[in-house]
Amino acid sequence: MSDVNSEAPTVALMDQLPDASIQGQSPLFHADLATVAKKGPKTGGVVFKEQALMGQITLRLNAENAEQLKAAEKVLGVSLPTQPLTSVESGDVSVRWISPDEWLIIVPGLKAFDVESALHAALSGHYQVVNVSGGWTVFMLSGKNARDVLQKSAPVDVHPAAFPVGKVVTTVFAKSSAIIRRAGDDQYELVVRRSFADYLWLWLQDASREYGLVVEA
Amino acid sequence: MFYIYCPYCGEHREEEEFHNHGQAHIERPKDPDSCTDEEWGNYMFFRKNPKGLHHEIWVHAAGCRKFFNVTRHTVTYEIKEVYKMGEQPKVVAE
Ligand SMILES: [Zn+2]
Repeated sequence: MSDVNSEAPTVALMDQLPDASIQGQSPLFHADLATVAKKGPKTGGVVFKEQALMGQITLRLNAENAEQLKAAEKVLGVSLPTQPLTSVESGDVSVRWISPDEWLIIVPGLKAFDVESALHAALSGHYQVVNVSGGWTVFMLSGKNARDVLQKSAPVDVHPAAFPVGKVVTTVFAKSSAIIRRAGDDQYELVVRRSFADYLWLWLQDASREYGLVVEA
Repeated sequence: MFYIYCPYCGEHREEEEFHNHGQAHIERPKDPDSCTDEEWGNYMFFRKNPKGLHHEIWVHAAGCRKFFNVTRHTVTYEIKEVYKMGEQPKVVAE
């Protein structure tokens, strides 16, 4: 494939994080999960934890372009999963296949700008890197009834036979949407829109009531 | 309810993840300036409404967000085949 932009593109790069004098607030800041965790039950079938203030980057490139794949791998330390609905994880970097030419990368929030800059420096040709950290937040759902809560919320098959560890699906979730990844045996990661974070937090509390909900801060 | 195979995700998903975008394989007149009003009108406004096989575009809206084609029987609602953009249908009406 001939590249559309073979000349170096002009990309406006800006670190979205303010300096340390301004405290970062997750979309569930108002819910005061630390207090909820302290006062709430310590055992239950479902465990909820917000992985607050992570850095999210969407990367788009041609999955058949070996040069681009190699450049991305060099920056991320892992090769992009080109198999549909799969993910890879290495240290504090995780990469999800979300479309044949698109990946969602999650890194610690403070690392996002570095990774974004490094991707721009390493990649050439027709590609896209966008720091979307402000648009999403991450919920971790675990416990022996976590799967039951997913079954109430999404139309995808989450039976272990159809949803092995590492699989990623982007789907309808409680009339909103989520990128769901099975992170472990009883562990699921939900990447959700920040504007729906409060609604989904309320939904998850309701959906896990019958199993007992433990909140971790 | 349809249970639709997404050729990009490589698995079946519920209909609520998809949207239908109408008739597939509509070709824009190559030279709009020199085509007749009738040709342009047919391209813009007129669509097939067959009783039987229909080739249509769907998008995996809540999933991978890719468009693809579906051959569907409008009487039985049976999905006969799913194929990627740029490909041609194998199941066609006689
Ligand atoms: Zn899909």
